[in-house]
Amino acid sequence: MTTVQLQTQDDSPDLPLYVSAPKVYPQRVHGVYRRIKWALLIVTLGIYYLLPFVRWNRGPNEPSQAVLVDLAHRKFYFFFIEIWPQEVYYLTGLLILAAMTLFLMNALAGRVWCGYLCPQTIWTDLFLATERLIEGDRRERMLKDAGPWTLARVREKTLKHFTWLMIAWWTGGAWVNYFADAPTLVHDLATFQAPVVSYVWIGILTFTTYVLAGFMREQVCLYMCPWPRIQAALTDEYALNVMYRLDRGEPRTSFKKSLALRAKGEHPGDCIDCSQCVAVCPTGVDIRQGANLGCIQCGLCIDACDSIMEKIGRPPRLIAYDTDVNVARRVAGKANIFKPIRSRTVLYGTIIALVGAVMLLALANRTNLSVSAMHDRNPMFVKTADGSIRNALTLHIVNRKPMARRFAIEAAGFDPAHVEAVGATKGADGWPVVEVGPDQIRELRMLVTVPGATHPPPKQDLAFTVVDVASGEKAMTTDNFIAP
Amino acid sequence: MPEQKHGEIDAHSGTPTTGHEWDGIKELNTPLPRWWLNTFYACIVWAIGYWLVYPAWPLLNGYTHGLANWSSRVAIGEDLNELKALRGDMNESIATASLAKIENSPELLAFARAQGSAAFALHCSTCHGAGGQGSKGYPNLNADRWIWGGTLEAIQTTITHGVRWDADPETHASAMPAFGRDSLLSKSEIANVADYVRTWSGNAPPQSADLAEGQRLFGQNCATCHGEDGKGNVELGAPNLTTQVWLYGPSKAAIIDRIQNGGGGVMPAWSGRLDPTTIKALTIYVHTLGGGK
Repeated sequence: MTTVQLQTQDDSPDLPLYVSAPKVYPQRVHGVYRRIKWALLIVTLGIYYLLPFVRWNRGPNEPSQAVLVDLAHRKFYFFFIEIWPQEVYYLTGLLILAAMTLFLMNALAGRVWCGYLCPQTIWTDLFLATERLIEGDRRERMLKDAGPWTLARVREKTLKHFTWLMIAWWTGGAWVNYFADAPTLVHDLATFQAPVVSYVWIGILTFTTYVLAGFMREQVCLYMCPWPRIQAALTDEYALNVMYRLDRGEPRTSFKKSLALRAKGEHPGDCIDCSQCVAVCPTGVDIRQGANLGCIQCGLCIDACDSIMEKIGRPPRLIAYDTDVNVARRVAGKANIFKPIRSRTVLYGTIIALVGAVMLLALANRTNLSVSAMHDRNPMFVKTADGSIRNALTLHIVNRKPMARRFAIEAAGFDPAHVEAVGATKGADGWPVVEVGPDQIRELRMLVTVPGATHPPPKQDLAFTVVDVASGEKAMTTDNFIAP
Repeated sequence: MPEQKHGEIDAHSGTPTTGHEWDGIKELNTPLPRWWLNTFYACIVWAIGYWLVYPAWPLLNGYTHGLANWSSRVAIGEDLNELKALRGDMNESIATASLAKIENSPELLAFARAQGSAAFALHCSTCHGAGGQGSKGYPNLNADRWIWGGTLEAIQTTITHGVRWDADPETHASAMPAFGRDSLLSKSEIANVADYVRTWSGNAPPQSADLAEGQRLFGQNCATCHGEDGKGNVELGAPNLTTQVWLYGPSKAAIIDRIQNGGGGVMPAWSGRLDPTTIKALTIYVHTLGGGK
């Protein structure tokens, strides 16, 4: 008889499931990518803060704001475009375009959106600049945070948080301007006459901006944003990414050792392990470890490394926008290749061109008049006293012009029939004529009657054409005439 | 049984025990997370506040009213008042404008139809159907055949005072005699009248029909109300018998049944239950269904 020895359980204590992230203290950096980032920051924030104040003359009954989301009247104005709720498919088109542009940017240059244009990056950059201005650069901030609370430090921190809150508040304030006439709203906000909902939204956006850009920063990119995951699945070895050229940098040695080795005629790596690339990184990654989920491709490490390379007399771009394929090729002793035209970039480009063309075509061909019909369901038809069959429908006539217009409603598709509309007058050639107010939708009840003696088929086509009496502009809709 | 001790450390896991032991199995003391407990306590505090502020406890003859003195009935009353205030201008216009003027103004017409449609669904659709299509004994309001008249004023009067609604002195009142049940006409006479009446709406009579006899009997018994030509009389609520629309159906059996038993349907007077503005809106809605005169 054998005894079965039970395996003893692992008695080691459980590790905590969450390690709190170390605070990142990005260092100031100068260089070409930093300058591009400043320029884009000024342009994008300039657009965001000033766009609501751009005027656009649309005539007497229309708002004169270039970009306006008019929730009360359910309209969206964008310069010469005016979108009604029935046309939300434009929004679908815009979303497809946005997604495809993001995909194309990714196929060409990785997470370049994240590094240069993402609102989280822009506002974090602005908050970091403020912090640096008030509390000093990386080393000073680290020393102060490690040291005791002094009066000067309290003063600095208070000033910093106050400035942050002001920026955040201004951010929320700019947001609400997109939903009302901006100059009027600014005046009403200042005199506490604006609707409560605008104060609530300013509060919400002040809070989120302050928290996301002031405290969460890179954690938003690492834990909250879905794009890194999607991006990682979409990228390939030909996409440009911020890369440490390990074929040139390794083996790393200190500056002194590398000088000594070079004097002996040997070839040490160019990387002198100064860690400047890590010090300036806003997400706190070490680019030399290779492709990294936390890397937002902002290029600040390139600027930092270039300044060091210049100091030690080595060529720049030890860290650069490069591709996996080229690193591998150089290691194997082959020349660089760049392939911006690949099946995926061509596909994204084609979809962008197609969707854009369809949207332009739809915009160019949109009319200021449209009509739709809804048939009565209960009853589908009515037998009248003289035995005729009558169908009732509701027409929705949309007049998108800022003036009242008169429309004749002509019906076709069946014969002989009698057409009348509730509340309409009779026009010159017998068709009902109605007036629709400026920028309004009129519901019109239509009654179509066919003599029962003609024995209409159970279902036949019915078409209504709405004609502007003055200009002759037309819109058409179709429905069915139902009979027993 | 070994001695139990609260806070004894379990050798294997290093966790204190609760001191409970069943058949050698001890219970580890792993309390709920602090945040969870705090949320739980906060809920208890909240509940106590809620009991005090809102109606909460049933008593023998009622309930506690709470410090806020809140009630759902008052709240909905306030909501309704707000709605009335919101619609005040339009309601005012509907109340003062004449029915014809409402129909000729696009804004008032749209508002009255929307209000009428809602009131119709609530009060009228039970009998007249969701779209006013009616059924046997309940008039189809989409058709253009009206027992008590299809003008705006006639429809308003009918809705206001009802039909054969005893509680309203101004109600439409008339009743067709039960010619068969009260032995005013014999079975064969009724059949002849039915055959004759059906010819007006284009129904061919059977071989056995004596149309001349039918016409004679109709003239003697029915023409007083329905007219010599059967066109009816809206003053008396006598239906037009020459149309394609039949309240109780066009079959001979259905018509014989009406002559046999007489009578007529009943509709409540709505003046006591609906305000005049709602009745106006209902009138507009019904009139614009398609059959309005």
